[in-house]
Amino acid sequence: MTREEIIKPENLVYRRTPVLTDNIMHYCPGCGHGTIHRLIAEVIEEMGIQDKTIGISPVGCSVLAYNYFDVDFVEAAHGRAPACGTAIKRLNPDKYVFTYQGDGDLAAIGTAETIHACNRGENITMIFVNNAIYGMTGGQMAPTTLLGMKTATCPYGRTVEANGYPLKITELIAQLPGTYYVTRQAVFTPAHVRKCKKAIRQAFENQNLKKGVSFVEVVSNCNSNWKMTATKANQWLEENMLPFYPLGDLKTPEK
Amino acid sequence: MAFQGTLVIDTEKCKGCGVCVETCPNKVIALSKKVNKKGYNYLEMVKEEACIGCANCAVICPDGVIEVYRAKY
Ligand SMILES: Cc1ncc(C[n+]2csc(CCOP(=O)(O)OP(=O)(O)O)c2C)c(N)n1
Ligand code: SF4
Ligand code: SF4
Ligand code: SF4
Ligand SMILES: [Mg+2]
Repeated sequence: MTREEIIKPENLVYRRTPVLTDNIMHYCPGCGHGTIHRLIAEVIEEMGIQDKTIGISPVGCSVLAYNYFDVDFVEAAHGRAPACGTAIKRLNPDKYVFTYQGDGDLAAIGTAETIHACNRGENITMIFVNNAIYGMTGGQMAPTTLLGMKTATCPYGRTVEANGYPLKITELIAQLPGTYYVTRQAVFTPAHVRKCKKAIRQAFENQNLKKGVSFVEVVSNCNSNWKMTATKANQWLEENMLPFYPLGDLKTPEK
Repeated sequence: MAFQGTLVIDTEKCKGCGVCVETCPNKVIALSKKVNKKGYNYLEMVKEEACIGCANCAVICPDGVIEVYRAKY
């Protein structure tokens, strides 16, 4: 079969979703932020909610997320995305509202906003990208940094004595009565990507039920600040991040 | 029944990260020795006839660079 015979509309199995803009993302090569953006955009396309979705971008590498989604967006102050999301959803209850936040944003400076939005049971979707580091500012230790992991601010590795324990904020908010669906996913293999997309779709669909926060943590990479190639970073993630941040649902409507 | 697949690669958007290369079950794709305008060694097909159109490569690509087609024969 020739290339021309195969490349026909009826044979298309995958294409870049038009819910992403044509802009080239500024993320480092192989960064999970791009993959996670794509999944959210694909879910928005498949649900047919492009004109009914409002995103809130954080401070962190994904601060410019609004340049990449062809949907309405607000840029929140560092850590305040859940507070913005609360206001936007309460004023526009018929819109699908999602926050997109890194671990420094959601689990350090924004801890109060995260916990209280989750405890109030705001009817929003929260996407939490955990790469165990402050990516944007040059690789400082985050609350989620693993014990022993080297960063710019713990160059000999994180220790309990000096830095305390890594924070499993997802386990923490799963305990709160205001969260309806809490899951931890990843995007380092095609199988994980496909599964993660289903979870994101679930988290968006749940907004129709008005039962509280749907929260998707995505364990992701930061190859630049982990100082590895993209493929090595994905391997490191599997070997080091997943034992401490195990994948799967923490809270489902049935559980 | 079998499938023949092929890709349309937006080489100017590719960042040459290589994460797609190892998801391919048939070693169809590799990074080129040539670079795009941004200086990245972009993705190319090196064994096009072995592509089954599984879309693994497209699904992992952070930059949505790959379009996949698949025909039955
Ligand atoms: C009020 C305020 N404090 C500190 C900063 C500096 N700052 C920018 S991004 C960031 C952390 C980003 O880390 P994370 O949320 O994990 O996002 P990533 O870049 O890793 O995706 C910090 C501390 C800021 N911009 N504003
Ligand atoms: S610094 Fe890290 S998190 Fe930020 S774009 Fe680069 S790889 Fe991604
Ligand atoms: S579609 Fe599947 S077989 Fe074809 S290049 Fe991509 S990963 Fe390989
Ligand atoms: S995953 Fe995407 S950006 Fe990376 S090398 Fe493959 S096609 Fe290029
Ligand atoms: Mg981070």
